[in-house]
Amino acid sequence: MLNTEIILLVSFGYIGLLFAIAYWGDRRADQGRSLISNPYIYALSLAVYCTAWTFYGSVGLAASSGLDFLPVYLGPTLMTILGWLVLRKIIRISKIHRITSIADFIASRYGKSTLLGGIVAFIAVVGIIPYIALQLKAISTSFLLITQYPQISADFKFASIPVFQDTAFYVTLILAIFAILFGTRHLDAAERHEGVVAAIAFESIVKLAAFLTVGLFVTYGIHHGFSDLFSKADGLPDLQQTFTMRSQSMEAPTVEKYLSTSTAASAFSDWSMLLFMSMMAVICLPRQFQVAVVENVNEEHLDRAIWLFPLYLLAINLFVLPVAFSGALHFPGGALNADYYVLALPMAERHPAITLFVYLGGMSAATGMVIVETIALSTMICNNIVMPVLLYQPLEVLSERQDYTGMLLAIRRGSIALVLLLGYIYFHKIGGFYALVSIGMISFAAVTQFAPAILGGLFWKGATRTGAVAGLLAGFTVWAYTLFLPSLNLAGIISTDFVNQGPFGIAWLKPYALFGLTQFSTIPHAIFWCLLANVGAYVAGSIYSRPRAIDHAQAALFVDVFRYSDDTGDSQFWRGTANLPDLRSLLHQFLGKKRADAALASYASQHGLDWSYALTADAGLVGHAERLLAGAIGSTSARVMVSSVVKEEPLGIEELLDILDEARQVLAYSRELERTTAELQTANMRLKELDRLKDEFISTVTHELRTPLTSIRSLAEILRNNPELSKEQHQSFSDIIIKESERLTRLINQVLDYEKIESAHMDWSIAPVDLKEVIQDAATATRQLIDEKGIAIELELGDDLIPVAGDRDRLVQVMVNLISNAVKFCPPQHGRIAVRTARAGKDIRVDVSDNGIGIKPEDQHKIFEKFLQVKDPARGRPIGTGMGLTICKRIINFHHGRIWVDSKPGEGSTFSFILPISTNEP
Amino acid sequence: MTRDTYKNKRLVSVFLLGCLMFNYPILSIFDLPRLVLGIPLLYLYILCAWALLIFLVGLITSKHIKVSSTQNDRTPG
Repeated sequence: MLNTEIILLVSFGYIGLLFAIAYWGDRRADQGRSLISNPYIYALSLAVYCTAWTFYGSVGLAASSGLDFLPVYLGPTLMTILGWLVLRKIIRISKIHRITSIADFIASRYGKSTLLGGIVAFIAVVGIIPYIALQLKAISTSFLLITQYPQISADFKFASIPVFQDTAFYVTLILAIFAILFGTRHLDAAERHEGVVAAIAFESIVKLAAFLTVGLFVTYGIHHGFSDLFSKADGLPDLQQTFTMRSQSMEAPTVEKYLSTSTAASAFSDWSMLLFMSMMAVICLPRQFQVAVVENVNEEHLDRAIWLFPLYLLAINLFVLPVAFSGALHFPGGALNADYYVLALPMAERHPAITLFVYLGGMSAATGMVIVETIALSTMICNNIVMPVLLYQPLEVLSERQDYTGMLLAIRRGSIALVLLLGYIYFHKIGGFYALVSIGMISFAAVTQFAPAILGGLFWKGATRTGAVAGLLAGFTVWAYTLFLPSLNLAGIISTDFVNQGPFGIAWLKPYALFGLTQFSTIPHAIFWCLLANVGAYVAGSIYSRPRAIDHAQAALFVDVFRYSDDTGDSQFWRGTANLPDLRSLLHQFLGKKRADAALASYASQHGLDWSYALTADAGLVGHAERLLAGAIGSTSARVMVSSVVKEEPLGIEELLDILDEARQVLAYSRELERTTAELQTANMRLKELDRLKDEFISTVTHELRTPLTSIRSLAEILRNNPELSKEQHQSFSDIIIKESERLTRLINQVLDYEKIESAHMDWSIAPVDLKEVIQDAATATRQLIDEKGIAIELELGDDLIPVAGDRDRLVQVMVNLISNAVKFCPPQHGRIAVRTARAGKDIRVDVSDNGIGIKPEDQHKIFEKFLQVKDPARGRPIGTGMGLTICKRIINFHHGRIWVDSKPGEGSTFSFILPISTNEP
Repeated sequence: MTRDTYKNKRLVSVFLLGCLMFNYPILSIFDLPRLVLGIPLLYLYILCAWALLIFLVGLITSKHIKVSSTQNDRTPG
């Protein structure tokens, strides 16, 4: 029925089907009709998380310690729920920076550190190899088990099987070929493998279907549903205890049963630790990074995947407990390793079809993991370990070769083979002694060391390279001491004394109870110490180290990735330009001529560049080339290569000075703006003040106009209504009317003059004028005014002509204004007015002095302002129109002269002006 | 952006709910050696809580999809 030939045929037929699907997926990708571009395939590819550990190991663990298999799936469920925050950010960053592995991600975040990339790659390889060994063991054991059909015995001594008779060896070979064929088909700048993803999604369907099939078969075929099965199990004292967590107190703590504990409280703390560890592991596992980030087609797919993936996890765990209990019922007293209940139950029931399907399911779980994991690890080994070593050689050696793509692919293929070989050796020498889950847990603990660097790097800008290096090294050291070294014990590599007594008999250094901590079981114990060391060193290193410029730049680009536009990249960090042929040949070397030219051409068409003439590549193109290279050889190596052809140092002192200069200019500009604003504010205030003055002026003028009008009108009415008035009265009233009319006329003239001057419509008739004559005319014109008040006027004008060029009438107006102004403020009878002229160089100066009330100092500078009137303290209201002096000032200014006043209150005032003397005598 | 922020907040709250449900001391309430509907109580509880989380996340993300599609309807082209 199921002989070895059929099983081999089916096995290789299945792997052949995988090849076909991968080939089809790659073909579709080449044609641009992606097979995997939908959220369902994406979620299924995430299910590569479920390996042989899940398929076989969960049942094994459930049979021995109840529900402790669950945290490994609950943790990822919780983390996936946060995926929209965390995973999406990682995806966005990785797309922008062309990050293709977890080592590249961490190295790139902390200033493209080559050292850091190497450390991460090393930890990943060392940590994951047991995990790969686990898969090989599962494949090998399940094969050996099924070939004995229908006998059931799982007592295999792997270490004693000769390599060339070992199926696991041939399976390893085939897997290596698959990974090499589809994982390193060509050197892709995006490092995406659609064919592989399609095959992985298919494998996820197969393993889920197989596990559900065996679950249904066991629950409803062998037993009569859940209740029947659980009530039967309830009868068994051993199994009853696995229903709860506290029951595990009955179990003896051994190396194999990591999760057994001594008290109920520690069961819960173990549980929480495992939950936390698997939460971290699901983002830190290289294969999860590969499928979730690197192979992600569209980040919108996360929208569905964040509930589809947990749903998948729930579904594949639904029947774990029933299968475990059924197995325990079927093979009582540990007759069979519980890890293989899944396969052994259908075998025991003589059901070849289901047996074969389950076997294929287990194989799909194991092969899917191995394929993706080796591809991810080979990228890391090539980009973060081998390339940096090669780049440290003198560049001449490297540049002898024209094309490195072949070399790079060879390195990757070699890495895949190496990883699988190491996995096989581990399985062959050590893996046989351990339960599946125990091996997997060691790997989980190892990759969890990446969590602080990744999560801290995503959300904490202050995290530095020193911190990350310190944290990873500390965490890894503690991991190696508390988990890896003791795990070599059963294989006889490490002595039992080391584990049980501590090194050199030092009890507090016992690897499973470091510093006497016995609260946890083995794995949570290790996780506690690793993460304590890791996070402690990470935070301390970050706080006490000074970040470099590139650290700052990368930190900002990672943490604030959603703030920057999609195509920013890190081009702004490169200030230099490069010789275009150099850059082109660099790309040719690492991407291949065809790919490099295609990439450059698409960049050119996007940016509208024509390179038939260009010889230099600008900073934008240099940044783009670096990202292209980063996809192929990792960001750290890409930086080294690009800096070898770029002419200028990134962000040297000159660029910094430029930036400072720019900042200074901006500052100056803003000062200018401030100044202008202040000026505008002053002008605005002045305008408001003028507006207020104008209002006042209008009210004054109307008042001034109304006063003479009122008196004229009332006097005229008196004259009309009282014809019997005496002649003298008649005469005096008529005089007042005339005088008031004159005043009115004067007022109106002044307003009109002022308007004319202001609106620049004044007609000036400039001619040679004798200023002496002007002054005499003005004195004559105001004679009546002066005499009426009984004021004495003195003219001291000298004998010579005073020739000026000007408008005679306007100059007379100035003098009349000044004299009548003086008259207004002089006391009647005792008033004295003096008009003097004096030459002052090329100018003539005219003083009009009076002994009137004077002007207060605070008013002196204001009296020439428009509309301003100095209030008469006696009358409480202004005298005159308030325009006389303004008009004077305008006229004098027009004649290129200057007018001012000297005054002391109570002692009189002197108004003075100077005018240039004309050289043309009149 | 606002829609995304709401979504983020809701997802974080579901995450916190999950952390609460899958940890001590809530877990200890159901840690009894008893069969409910023929299924061990703790196992049943965890499966139900798990399903609830998935349902909530599905609800939050599908709401999001609906909102964005109606918005697309409103602005054709």
